[in-house]
Amino acid sequence: MEHPREEELIAFHDGELNGRERVQEHLRTCAECRAELEKIETVFAAMDAMPVPDPGENYGQRVWAAISPRLPERQPRWWEGFLAPRRLVVAGAFAAIIVAAFIAGRKTIAPPKVDDRVDMAKVRERVLVVAVRDHLDKSEMILVELSNAQPNPASGKLVNISAEQHRAEDLLGENRLYRQTALNEGDQAMASTLDELERTLLDIANSPEEVTPARFEAMQKRLESRGILFKVRVVKQGLRERSNPAKQQPVPQRNISKTNTKEGNQV
Amino acid sequence: MTQMNASVESGPVTNVVPDAVAVERTLAGDRDAYRVLVERHSQNVYRLAYRMAGNSHDAEEIVQEAFLRGYQKLRQFAGQSNFGTWVYRIAANYAIDRMRQRRVEDSRRELPSRASEDGQETDPLSMVKDSAPSPERLAGSSQLALRMQQALQELTPAERTAIVMRHWDGCGIEEIATVLKSSTTAAKNTVFRAVQKLRTALEPFAQSRAKAMGTE
Repeated sequence: MEHPREEELIAFHDGELNGRERVQEHLRTCAECRAELEKIETVFAAMDAMPVPDPGENYGQRVWAAISPRLPERQPRWWEGFLAPRRLVVAGAFAAIIVAAFIAGRKTIAPPKVDDRVDMAKVRERVLVVAVRDHLDKSEMILVELSNAQPNPASGKLVNISAEQHRAEDLLGENRLYRQTALNEGDQAMASTLDELERTLLDIANSPEEVTPARFEAMQKRLESRGILFKVRVVKQGLRERSNPAKQQPVPQRNISKTNTKEGNQV
Repeated sequence: MTQMNASVESGPVTNVVPDAVAVERTLAGDRDAYRVLVERHSQNVYRLAYRMAGNSHDAEEIVQEAFLRGYQKLRQFAGQSNFGTWVYRIAANYAIDRMRQRRVEDSRRELPSRASEDGQETDPLSMVKDSAPSPERLAGSSQLALRMQQALQELTPAERTAIVMRHWDGCGIEEIATVLKSSTTAAKNTVFRAVQKLRTALEPFAQSRAKAMGTE
């Protein structure tokens, strides 16, 4: 066999060459090529012998300390929070539960009589109203906490909003679900309030865990200008009144915020 | 690649937030989330940078610049590969640009001094040859490491990048081609040229070693 070329010997050393057996066989019988391979190995051995000084255990922290003051502020794009994988997972999980419940319901429960169907629809709607009210209660708590907090701008101390942030993140998935349901039911008013609430929750969830007093104040102003707290309270009040049959007013459209209309008509 | 799969690499950082989550949070405006990535991957990027630059000062600058650029371009990352691989490539690219720039600056500085006193031009290659240590001096491993360091400095930026990525970090030819912005054949040839040059530079040592082993 012909002597392998230098690049073939390098590839052989790297373990990459096709036809390794052929070269290996040749090396067994050819002292010249073995010496050639040895020279190549000397180069790699010398490279291996080159030390890289250890930059120290806390090197990563030092790098961070050096670059963090030079990092620009990053403003998230509104859709990035919406499309964040974790949130998609939450939304997907909700969707999966609903689909599973729907399929299970269809397969396991015998078709009810017409009267039963009306009753079941009422029950479902009532459950939904209670769930939306509970969701709005939780959202309201976050909004109140943020609106009432009074950081001292003079102190320059960062305001920690991590607790509110995590709760807002948790509420985002169900908010989307309720908004979508309201849209499907044709309840534009409810869908619109939930849409605004969603944007507010996103804003909170995407903020850093600790913000400067100035940034916190800007956030409070945004909440105030949107009037979201007031809108949430109005919707909640509406739901409360409608879930109370005694105070209920008949409303022609069937939707979440008017779920007890039928109930009221029947009373 | 052995050292780049560093999302669980050991180090002082005990944070267990996965890279993907840290990237997502950084993109959502949480600057501190980027700290996790910096602390987790700094050591790995430093090893590459040191081998490319040949000294700690430049290596540290390369590391910092790589993470700064990584932060600025994070939207482009979009989960194409793991973050460690991505920032490693940024560091390699920056190191190449830096070496090229430095070579240009060095050659500009050296131009006036190349003419000797009698006005005759001196061949810079002959100067390199004269400065090569004798085989005796290369006998010790520290001298060998020093000679290797010199030989690496004499490689072109692309050759040095190729050999560092190929040999030390075990990168595939495709990965090297991506960083060098060349075809895989060209990348393969670059690795080959680098090994050839290093061989030539270490020839005196190889000969003395062969003599000592009685193979030549």
